[in-house]
Amino acid sequence: MSTPGEMGTEAWPLWEVFVRANRGLSHVHVGSLHAPDPDMAVRNARDLYTRRNEGVSIWVVPAEAITTSDPDAKGAFFESPAGKNYRHAVYYTKSEGVKHL
Amino acid sequence: MFPRGDQRLEDDRAPTGVGTANTQESTMTSPADLSVVEREPSPEEAQFDDLIAADSRIEPRDWMPDAYRKTLIRQISQHAHSEIIGMQPESNWITRAPSLKRKAILMAKVQDEAGHGLYLYSAAQTLGITRDEMMDQLIEGRARYSSIFNYPTPTWADMGAIGWLVDGAAICNQVPLCRASYGPYGRAMVRICKEESFHQRQGFEILLELMQGSDAQKRMAQDAVDRWYWPALQMFGPPDDQSPNSAQSMAWNIKRFSNDELRQRFVGMLVPQAEVMGVTLPDPNLRWNEERQAYDMSEIDWTEFEEVLAGRGPANAERIRRRREAHEEGAWVREAAAEYARKQAERRLAASGAVA
Repeated sequence: MSTPGEMGTEAWPLWEVFVRANRGLSHVHVGSLHAPDPDMAVRNARDLYTRRNEGVSIWVVPAEAITTSDPDAKGAFFESPAGKNYRHAVYYTKSEGVKHL
Repeated sequence: MFPRGDQRLEDDRAPTGVGTANTQESTMTSPADLSVVEREPSPEEAQFDDLIAADSRIEPRDWMPDAYRKTLIRQISQHAHSEIIGMQPESNWITRAPSLKRKAILMAKVQDEAGHGLYLYSAAQTLGITRDEMMDQLIEGRARYSSIFNYPTPTWADMGAIGWLVDGAAICNQVPLCRASYGPYGRAMVRICKEESFHQRQGFEILLELMQGSDAQKRMAQDAVDRWYWPALQMFGPPDDQSPNSAQSMAWNIKRFSNDELRQRFVGMLVPQAEVMGVTLPDPNLRWNEERQAYDMSEIDWTEFEEVLAGRGPANAERIRRRREAHEEGAWVREAAAEYARKQAERRLAASGAVA
């Protein structure tokens, strides 16, 4: 079985693991692991990433299913917000000293 | 803009074509060819140098010099192997731990070591080496691991001494590695350090309890400390003037303090702890030097270190043999799990086909 996006020589596919620390919080990426199928991936994730009550819920996602932005286009791709500091509250200084603004 | 397939998670995956695409770029790191230092660095090199200079982090899909990549693969895989081999001297005592509580603690600790090995293997994989390659290197005796795990654990007090001295030295080494310039390595170390502090405390507690016990128990604790003290100090590696790779690792922000600095810091922490416990550290020349504001200590016997590192330690062959056995005897489990997954996937496919 090959791991898409990898060298094809890994025995088991790669899974990215996301853990929700508590109700009310998002699942956060904590790391990755290898497992043959989704059930084993969840069990391995429990043993590997939640040995000390780190979570109340786990997601595992096949690494191959994740689409990322192109790392070489870093600058260009994220250029749009640059120079647009009027999107932030601190840009507006004339209201300084006025309460509840 | 959103490439699929070959692109991996920014966070954790290695670039494709590792070790081939980058070879030409990395000549800058070859000390033999001084002329290349003069040439303009490529944009990738410049970006790498800037990130290091800014004490920022390098991530898997960033360009990096081949030598940086190789150094990290070596260091992280050795570190992973150490965690995995390090399970053995302690698992030796799981069946004979003196109480149910101690047994549960020891099992939790050994399970942690397995977890630490896995975090680190994952980090190494982001640099373009496979888990299988690393495992082969280990069981074929081609990879190194910390020489400390080649010492036997004949008494229960060894569990205490390993926790207090070996895990203590490891923490001292590892805390600065949380700030290592390679992102996945630093993140793995943060997780490991959080868990490691329980290991050291439980070791201290085992020795402390023995030191408050019978004369025979006190002797057993002192004997374990006598046997583990020097090997633990050797864990920091050779003295600074004999550690050729240290300077480069420090320039790359992988290593933050020199071997001797960390060793000195560790001894400084041990002395008051030994006093609390009532054990004697087995170095007659160990004393505070007011002028240097550091501890004077005896010369370390590096010939022993070299011997153990070269594979001639008390338990080298045994450790590799057991690791190989576990790997080979577990092969059917891995194959069965892969086959089960294949069949389940087939069934899911057939079922979805039937619905459509």
